Amino acid sequence: MNVLYFAWVRQKIGHSEETIAHTPELRTVGDLASMLAARGGGYAEAFADRKRLRAAVNQIHAGFDAAIAAGDEIAFFPPVTGG
Amino acid sequence: MSQNIHIQVEDFDVSEEIEALTRERPAATGAVATFTGYVRSDDGLSALTLEHYPGMTEREIARIASEAAKRWPLSGVTIIHRVGRLKVGERIVLVAVASSHRAAAFAACEFLMDYLKTKAPFWKQEERGGDAQWVEAKSSDDAAAERWRKS
Repeated sequence: MNVLYFAWVRQKIGHSEETIAHTPELRTVGDLASMLAARGGGYAEAFADRKRLRAAVNQIHAGFDAAIAAGDEIAFFPPVTGG
Repeated sequence: MSQNIHIQVEDFDVSEEIEALTRERPAATGAVATFTGYVRSDDGLSALTLEHYPGMTEREIARIASEAAKRWPLSGVTIIHRVGRLKVGERIVLVAVASSHRAAAFAACEFLMDYLKTKAPFWKQEERGGDAQWVEAKSSDDAAAERWRKS
């Protein structure tokens, strides 16, 4: 899976993109978020409060309960502030 | 309906965009409504930096434009959103909507801006002095988008 980070999520984590191997335990966006948070450091900070985070799966807005699979593009970012 | 969606660093010319939009389907176009957003100087703000999600941003805006075309009889939509560092007074965003009649053009323009602000993946960072802060999403923007769900 290709995992992308934007805005302050990217800044806390320290990079914008990484490849993470899909495993059977990673069933949902939330499972991936928990696995990343457990890495500690900037990851733990970025994922500390899920209410402040939004996600997308394959470039479509998705909830933390959305299913994920090998080959997916998953993104984490703050609520959007364009316009 | 024609859709012209551009995410770009460069500025845009509003009258050129209106010209291009009306030329596409002149027989069907009786009205063009536009909205232009600018960088405002709030509490000593000197510049904004806009980040986006290449691919998803274009896709999400196209989806929003198609939704508008289902609700109103539109002949064309142009949406331009700038990214990168923008100083006070610079243009950020253009939404131009062509329709047969003004009511649809006005309504669709407002609908598109409300959805753009709450769904399109852009993030603003504000510069004040030497300090840079990410802008927090506003609940008033969510409320503005939400009202279209009921109508």
